[in-house]
Amino acid sequence: MLLPSAIPWFRNKVNYSFQFGPVFDAWPLLLHGTWMTIQLSALAMLFGLMVAVVCAWGKTAGPAPLRWLINAYIEIIRNTPFLVQLFFFFFALPAIGVRWSPYTAALIAMVFNLGAYATEIVRAGIESIPKGQIEAGMALSLSRVEIFRYIILKPALKAIYPALTSQFILLMLASSVVSVISADDLTSVAANLQSETFRSFEIYIVITGIYLLLTLLFSYLFRLVFQWGLNYPDRR
Amino acid sequence: MRTFGYSDFWFLVEAAQWTVALSLMAFIGGGIVGLIVALSRTAENAVARTLSMWFIQVFRGTPLLLQLFLVFFGAPVLGLDINPWLAAAVALTLNSGAFLGEIWRGCIEAIPRGQWEAAEALGLSYWNKMRDVVLPQALKIAVPPTVGYLVQIVKGTSLAAIIGFTELTRAGQIINNATFQPMVVFSIVAAIYFVLCWPLSLLAAYMERRLAATASR
Repeated sequence: MLLPSAIPWFRNKVNYSFQFGPVFDAWPLLLHGTWMTIQLSALAMLFGLMVAVVCAWGKTAGPAPLRWLINAYIEIIRNTPFLVQLFFFFFALPAIGVRWSPYTAALIAMVFNLGAYATEIVRAGIESIPKGQIEAGMALSLSRVEIFRYIILKPALKAIYPALTSQFILLMLASSVVSVISADDLTSVAANLQSETFRSFEIYIVITGIYLLLTLLFSYLFRLVFQWGLNYPDRR
Repeated sequence: MRTFGYSDFWFLVEAAQWTVALSLMAFIGGGIVGLIVALSRTAENAVARTLSMWFIQVFRGTPLLLQLFLVFFGAPVLGLDINPWLAAAVALTLNSGAFLGEIWRGCIEAIPRGQWEAAEALGLSYWNKMRDVVLPQALKIAVPPTVGYLVQIVKGTSLAAIIGFTELTRAGQIINNATFQPMVVFSIVAAIYFVLCWPLSLLAAYMERRLAATASR
């Protein structure tokens, strides 16, 4: 399959014939890589949020040494590159006896990375709920579960929803870096295909296109979820 | 195999100079591209607005690593000679241009409409309106997020290691291959990045607080 090389001008100007055939022939691999990238990002988001909730709680309510420790964790993660963090989890920790697969190392690095960024977001969400709201809920004799669900969780989620969803997209894009330790993801599929077909430029164009589609798709889905579940008027 | 020594440490520090150089290149290049993008995004011309919107969408919606690969593997296809240093500088410039463009667009749009209208009422040309009225005011609110974004640029330069440019992260890999003391090596690499980035983070946070204080007065 020769795509733009059909244009004679382009062919004279650029002495290169594009061959997308071998790339599209490998569509099951591309699909697998896409799925792995989504899976890795979703798992990292899930566990990263758990880390963030614990750290946000520790930062608002914990004793001073714990607060100091959490602050150090956040500052270290936010001021060093994800690639170095990944190397730390993949090369440094196994050297002192922790053994895990590239996939696990990648996931754990992503969880720690996201946890630091999401802590600040979650904390902002908790602080966005005025105490009077909770007291109003008690005055209306709502149960503790109802108070948590309708007065704390939902408004807090609404307040942090935009920041959280854009953080997810940033995480998904950053996850391409895990291909350097051969964790199974979309970019590492590209690297494998490249060594088989040598059509590196075509492969990276297609893979970049898939990432762009993923970004657009998730932005759209997140907007849809917002419209469906969180788009109610609030007093501000 | 040898143990990590002073000379290795200095090798890392020297490589960190390349990280700084690459960051400066990306910031200057990205600043120029970003200004053009921000002005196009806020322009009246629909073509300029659409083009800049797609530029931002593509460069913010795809991984920096793949942008790096596309420049590195794409330049030879177009018949251009390229080395990892140039590829990294070009990719980081385009990427930072998109992010800075979007940040600055917000700053330009934050300037009250009345200021634009006043400039137009005075019969100022587009360039005078931008240079003398809008941009100086936008600059004031643009500085804190721009300094904050510098941290992202410094961290982004680490990806140049993957295409073989010997900056700080690649130097760490090289030393690690020679000494096999990953704990020591990557801790020091991380510490050097931290020393570069943390002051910028603190400065950005400080300037943000100061700006918020002047805004609320």
